[in-house]
Amino acid sequence: MLNGLMNGNRWQALFEAIPEYYIPGFLMTLRTAVCGLLLALVLGMIFGMFSTTRSRILKALSRVYVEFFQNTPLALQVVFYYSCLPILLGGTGMRIPKFILGLMGVGIYHGAYIAEVIRTGIEAIPAGQSEAAKSQGFSYLQTMRYIIMPQTIKIIMPPLANQALNLVKNTSVLAMVAGMDLMYFTDSFGSSTGYFAQAYFCSALMYFIICYPLARLARYLEIRSMRQPVAKVKLEKMMGDSINV
Amino acid sequence: MSDLFMQIFTPSNFSFMMKGLGMTVMISIGAVVCSTIIGSILALIRTYASGRAAIFAKIISAYTEFFRCTPNLLWILWIYFTIRGNKIIISVFAITLFTSAVMAEIFRGGLNSIPKGQFEAAESQGFSFIQTVLYIVWPQTFRKVIPALLSQIITVIKDTSFLRMVDIPEFMRNCSVVMGSIYDVRGMMLLYAFQALCYFVICFTLSLVVRHYQSRQGLQRR
Repeated sequence: MLNGLMNGNRWQALFEAIPEYYIPGFLMTLRTAVCGLLLALVLGMIFGMFSTTRSRILKALSRVYVEFFQNTPLALQVVFYYSCLPILLGGTGMRIPKFILGLMGVGIYHGAYIAEVIRTGIEAIPAGQSEAAKSQGFSYLQTMRYIIMPQTIKIIMPPLANQALNLVKNTSVLAMVAGMDLMYFTDSFGSSTGYFAQAYFCSALMYFIICYPLARLARYLEIRSMRQPVAKVKLEKMMGDSINV
Repeated sequence: MSDLFMQIFTPSNFSFMMKGLGMTVMISIGAVVCSTIIGSILALIRTYASGRAAIFAKIISAYTEFFRCTPNLLWILWIYFTIRGNKIIISVFAITLFTSAVMAEIFRGGLNSIPKGQFEAAESQGFSFIQTVLYIVWPQTFRKVIPALLSQIITVIKDTSFLRMVDIPEFMRNCSVVMGSIYDVRGMMLLYAFQALCYFVICFTLSLVVRHYQSRQGLQRR
């Protein structure tokens, strides 16, 4: 391995491969991560709110969603989407682009984690506030929008940043189904040339470039919200849960 | 449907898949045990190294930061393709390398939450530094981080499914070998459901344990 690392020609080959392999891979990973995060946030918001309503059905629905997707591997989910959804929808003549399948995979998986984060955040706000709002004639959605959510957001920002970081890392699963992401291109460069040490070094660096700012952001937000007494206890638990998923 | 079921879950197929599940569990246990030990040592050094040893704390913090910002799959592939040796040991090593960084971070969080006063109190009672850590700080830390630790174990179990890419005979890979002989989409769905169920039973049981500990800790805080 060391001999290979020192070989100048191999590094030369890597630099020449960057525009062809690594740039498209990097952009694909970035695009999947951003769109996946948006989907995850929407799903997380919906199911997080469901689990704090009074309705038993909505609660059960969100429990099933969260538990099922948190307790099965992302790799399995993604492979399932790729191999079964196109066949199932084959009769309708609808074709799903690979990109959509990929962002669906990471989005739905992380949506389950984000729903849990949002639920904990909402539950951290004392119930008295909702009751007070109701007595003043606020509707459920108004209470959420004007009273609960503004406070919740401050508590959930640090674990959300952590989730974003994990989501970027988990887009690498798309390599298992030829998702044209960074990991896939790294793999194909590595196996076409045999320069594995260089290939993965470069992609580790690229993942690091995306993830490190997110890690710093999570740390910064955590330190900032530790000053708020409400957040402290809940935050410890949420950060512990979301450190790597 | 029952024809299909019999066709997939023949005794030989079933035992082949269960062998895979056994492998998944073994690899997870190996990686979790190793990374818990390494992670706790790293966390202790990072938290308490001072003076000339402070350089080690710097190195460890760089290690944890770097590994937290790169995917597990990358390390599995990188190590698989560059190091020769027993495939299974190498994959345990790769997962351990990655998970140790996470474990170190988890334990560091726990260590930081122990009040400084406990050190002073122990010193006044004649405890040496090592005794203080071993008998007073560590047991409390460990109890505090159990929920996060178990969550991480769930993640490790799920992450072993990445090993399908490097052809380790673990659960998901063995199931996809079986799937290769099925041409019916309903059969494929059935097999996916079976895989999901197996992972779900293991991970959900662990997550119930997490919740149990968390609710207990919640009670202690009040």
